[in-house]
Amino acid sequence: MVQVKIWGSLAAMTDDQTEVKIDAATLRELLDGLAGKYPGLRPQLDRGVSVAIDGRIYNDSWFTPIKPDSEVVLLARLKGG
Amino acid sequence: MALDDKQQYQTRQFKVVGTRVKRPDGVDKVTGKARFGADMSAPGMLIAHVLRSPHAHARIKSIDTSAAEALPGVHGVVTRADFSEITDDDFTADILDNCMAGDKALYDGHAVAAVAANSVAVAKRALKLIKVDYEVLPHVTDVDAAMEDGAPVLHDGRANETVPEGMSPNVLARYEFGHGDIEAGLAKADRVIERTYKTEATHQGYIEPHACLASMGPDGQADLWCCTQGHYMVRNTCAAIMGMEQGQLRVTASEIGGGFGGKTTVFLEPVALALSRKTSRPVKMVMSRSEVLRATGPTASSSIDVRIGMTKDGQITAAFAELRYQGGAYPGSPVEFGSMSAFAPYDLENVKTVGWDVVTNRPKQAAYRAPGAPMAAYAVESAIDELAKGFGLDPLAVRLKNAAREGTKASYGPTFPAIGLEATLRAAKDHPHWAAPLGENQGRGVACGFWFNFGGDTCVTLNITPDGTVTVSEGNPDIGGSRASMSMMAAEELGIPYEQVRTIVADTGSLGQNEVTDGSRVTFAVGLATIESARAAKREMCKRAAMVWGIEEDAVKWEDGAAHPAGENAGKHPPMTLKEIAAVASNTGGPIAGHHEANPEGAGVSFATHMVDTEVDPETGAVKILRYTVFQDAGKAVHPDYVEGQFQGGAVQGIGWALNEEYIYGDDGILQNAGFLDYRIPVASDLPMIDTVILEIPNPGHPYGVRGVGETSIVPPLAAVANSVSEAAGVRLTQLPMSPPKVLSALHSK
Amino acid sequence: MSKIHITTSVNGDPTEFLCEADETLLDALRDRLGMTGAKEGCGTGDCGACSVTVDGRLVCSCLMLGAEAEGREIGTIEGMAEGDQLHPLQRKFIEHAALQCGICTPGLLVAAKSLLEKHPDPTEEEARYWLAGNLCRCTGYDKIIRAVMDAAQEMREAS
Repeated sequence: MVQVKIWGSLAAMTDDQTEVKIDAATLRELLDGLAGKYPGLRPQLDRGVSVAIDGRIYNDSWFTPIKPDSEVVLLARLKGG
Repeated sequence: MALDDKQQYQTRQFKVVGTRVKRPDGVDKVTGKARFGADMSAPGMLIAHVLRSPHAHARIKSIDTSAAEALPGVHGVVTRADFSEITDDDFTADILDNCMAGDKALYDGHAVAAVAANSVAVAKRALKLIKVDYEVLPHVTDVDAAMEDGAPVLHDGRANETVPEGMSPNVLARYEFGHGDIEAGLAKADRVIERTYKTEATHQGYIEPHACLASMGPDGQADLWCCTQGHYMVRNTCAAIMGMEQGQLRVTASEIGGGFGGKTTVFLEPVALALSRKTSRPVKMVMSRSEVLRATGPTASSSIDVRIGMTKDGQITAAFAELRYQGGAYPGSPVEFGSMSAFAPYDLENVKTVGWDVVTNRPKQAAYRAPGAPMAAYAVESAIDELAKGFGLDPLAVRLKNAAREGTKASYGPTFPAIGLEATLRAAKDHPHWAAPLGENQGRGVACGFWFNFGGDTCVTLNITPDGTVTVSEGNPDIGGSRASMSMMAAEELGIPYEQVRTIVADTGSLGQNEVTDGSRVTFAVGLATIESARAAKREMCKRAAMVWGIEEDAVKWEDGAAHPAGENAGKHPPMTLKEIAAVASNTGGPIAGHHEANPEGAGVSFATHMVDTEVDPETGAVKILRYTVFQDAGKAVHPDYVEGQFQGGAVQGIGWALNEEYIYGDDGILQNAGFLDYRIPVASDLPMIDTVILEIPNPGHPYGVRGVGETSIVPPLAAVANSVSEAAGVRLTQLPMSPPKVLSALHSK
Repeated sequence: MSKIHITTSVNGDPTEFLCEADETLLDALRDRLGMTGAKEGCGTGDCGACSVTVDGRLVCSCLMLGAEAEGREIGTIEGMAEGDQLHPLQRKFIEHAALQCGICTPGLLVAAKSLLEKHPDPTEEEARYWLAGNLCRCTGYDKIIRAVMDAAQEMREAS
């Protein structure tokens, strides 16, 4: 299981928790797991998120491995100018 | 893709990287030969102009184009009726609606029709013959007013699931970030301050107006030439809007005359394509400056409440900010990035930000250099400065005391790896600027800033020519010297002189998908792909040399631009240079190339500290910038001139934002200053030299340690200038821009 | 609408073109003569990207009518280098990295050349005020001013 930190305004979709546990070994499993366990997160996941894994930010790469003790943080999808 | 070990940073002695070579497009640009968006023409070309709404908010009851169509010389008119509706993709549907209004005109300058004619004069005459029946609606342009009960409503039902019930329908999203317990933290403070700050919308202000030339045939194939930060994005967006397959639309990026985020979307391109489809002629469109200001993306305006607690020795005990950004008439203000970045420079036990995305009757905002971060930093850094100075503490020491460092849990969630904030603060403290004396009516301000940076889809092909020179094809418009940087990294990796490499920006038919030139990503991500392409070519060249020598290919190593036999074969054959291998390429298997396709993650976050001295004229309220120094972490400066250029350019855009630039709307919702005379960007005589100090804390996610540098430099200056002016004026200003009337009124209020 | 026939000189070449009565010199140069080195950044004389010289005097070509070129000598960025010899200002702009996107560069070079013809030894402040009519959004002007001052010194030493 991976501990995932989500941002505050999404907690309404996760029974008021800002940290949730998901069974995932890759980024894809993490995103699928979140959507499956908390369907209320689906609209935000569809709009796009970035994910920080151990301090490094990932946007898309499904098969990025996640270790059980990795620090995983959901972020608003990053854009730039 | 995950980074393999080879892509991780390794220390090395650079030969080309870090030098100040001449850029490959230099001669074309100093002789007027370089072709920008408006510099292209085509045989049989028509010229198109856009009719724009004179109202801030109006229902379009009908549009009668018959008289315009009947005018001799007019070949086609388009309105929204000429585009298919997009029902499955709100993001693209909003872009289409912004390019050509549907049921409603949502801001002054919103496009409602366009005419293609055989001359500019005819096109402009035709615009006057189009009859639009408007029902004028109430409008709102201020972010706080738009959030009030009873405010004029732009859209119904666009708020997402994060917005609590009972708010104005103009509020479309809510964001919350942070950790800890704000109230408990504030209780430990010796002083808590609560302030509200406002910033006005500013425009990216690129000197080149948007321009394009579209040509579509009856076979459905199309070519498009345009100035853009991302021609692949243009292709994909236009294909979606036009109902085309992406492969049928080839987009070529012109030289680009500045973008700063403002050219990361489309405005004219779908309209030009629709007119070309309708007329079967090439169609050219060029915006006027007034159109650029009225109808392309400025940044958001903001209203921000900050509450920060500090102990008398300078420890921040809790920090809270509520940020309200209006992003114009559509969802998507960068308030989430403001909320995420606001307190990122600090190591805080208790921190929380709440952001609100709000729509108003203003043009759809576009990204502007570190979108959303400068205004948040302005509010936070102003409040921290006021607290520090209130306790009589050194503002740099207070920032150092609270600075985020490796291992800090960032306010937006993750734990920071090695970062350079502390290095920039120490460099600032040790710099002679910090100790220089100040005169009467003068003040010194400092502020910190943060930006994320990212990677994204990237494709590079590196070809070895038969005579042993090298061409690099990449897919990102060069907006500030990146072709030079790519050539440098290729030369470094191949061990050949810079002059033997030429980098070009390839059209969308030549490479796979490339993310836009944004997010400070190009030197990082395209650089990484260039290095990997060069490594692939080196592997192939080692193989060719091994064939010639009749030895195993893994017994060959690449050094100083040549293949050398290694291991037990060392010294048995003279090295084969790149040129020698290229000369026998046909005999050893054909042309030699390296390519690399990736979606590289691992862009390092970037921090800066800015220091500025100003003088306030007590009679006029005018502010003069006396001295300015930028301290920023670049990871590794590939071409130091262009790194300095990014630092200087960002700082000066920030100075403009702080002192003069603003969107001024009348009570009628009409933009009052749609020209460079009244929308005043900094000019040469406003400024001193902008000193720069490049720090190099390598980014472990890039083979040479590169971090993006393009955006962070605009984050600190709003606050740095505000802190300086507040000290010089002896009174704290909380609204931007600090134009002379505002400074004067603050002086009088003392 | 009948067009006006204009006989003029551009960068020393005898040149003729037809233009509308309300057409700017900038549009005539770009659209009639294919000389796209001068750029339109504003069309209102505020940005200087369209700078040219008319009988040696620096003007914004967006503020002058094409018809007014009759009998004048027009100088544009295309005439600044002599063959393959770049003007010292052009060389110094490249050496000092005084351009990022390059859209303002032709106007700045024409304006800076005009400055140095009148004031071969300007102070930094004089250079900044002379070039205040040429907007650059990329560089913050630092490297531009350095390039102009360096070119001025080189040109003084050479003369």
